[in-house]
Amino acid sequence: MMNALSNPAHRAWFVLLIATTITWYLGEVGAAGTGAIIAMLVIAFVKGRLVILDFMELREAPLMWRLLLEGWLILVSSLILLAYWISLK
Amino acid sequence: MNTLAAPPLPRRLPGDLAIWFFILAEMLAFAVFFASYAFARAHNPEMFNLYQQTLDRNAGAFNTVLLVTGSWFVVLAVQAAHRDNQPAIARNILLGFLCGGGFLVVKIFEYAAKFGAGISMSTNTFYMFYISLTFFHFMHVILGMVILAVLWFQARQGVYTSQSANGLESGAAYWHMVDLLWIILFPLVYVMR
Repeated sequence: MMNALSNPAHRAWFVLLIATTITWYLGEVGAAGTGAIIAMLVIAFVKGRLVILDFMELREAPLMWRLLLEGWLILVSSLILLAYWISLK
Repeated sequence: MNTLAAPPLPRRLPGDLAIWFFILAEMLAFAVFFASYAFARAHNPEMFNLYQQTLDRNAGAFNTVLLVTGSWFVVLAVQAAHRDNQPAIARNILLGFLCGGGFLVVKIFEYAAKFGAGISMSTNTFYMFYISLTFFHFMHVILGMVILAVLWFQARQGVYTSQSANGLESGAAYWHMVDLLWIILFPLVYVMR
């Protein structure tokens, strides 16, 4: 078990499955509104970051590429948040 | 007893530089799509919320599991190449490919249910976005699987080793991008309301 978790890919996969279940659950209970949207965006951000760092293996890549992809994640999440915030007004 | 840490490895970008520019271009195209969906929804949240409820969330979540797991197998293939474990490279690529195939099957059932109910791009703005966004992504899953098929044939010929894994890493990076895009698409279109 310790050995399995020492591989970042296994760890990422495990967290990604749990995070997917949480998003699915939020859908099942009909979570809506600002809190739900922020929670889902945070989950998507964490998931996306795990894919970028541990699946794409950019953790040890030149910083520019890591920041470009993480920046994309921040940009997309911010635009979605802004649009949802407008829709709630 | 040696308590000194190993010297840090030089920072390197996995795969070819060109694939990363391609990935970035694809991601920017999807960013425009995602933002267009979100802002179109802001004009008419009630309508989007209403029709979102007709989507199959279970299928969407299960497809997330398939892509995440497919990505995981492909990382394991890259790790196997770095260890020169030839059989594990091909095996994990094949498993990743099968996850992609599972995604397509689930999606085809989902589309069949929607098209069978008479829903099309012209039904309303929500379905226009749902169909075009998921179909654009669907095409990327297919391209990713074509790449994985090529990697699998190459891996079986022993092309990838710890000294030469660039081609494998490039294809793997594209496959992870397909996963990354779905990680945003699924909550955005299926769940957020």
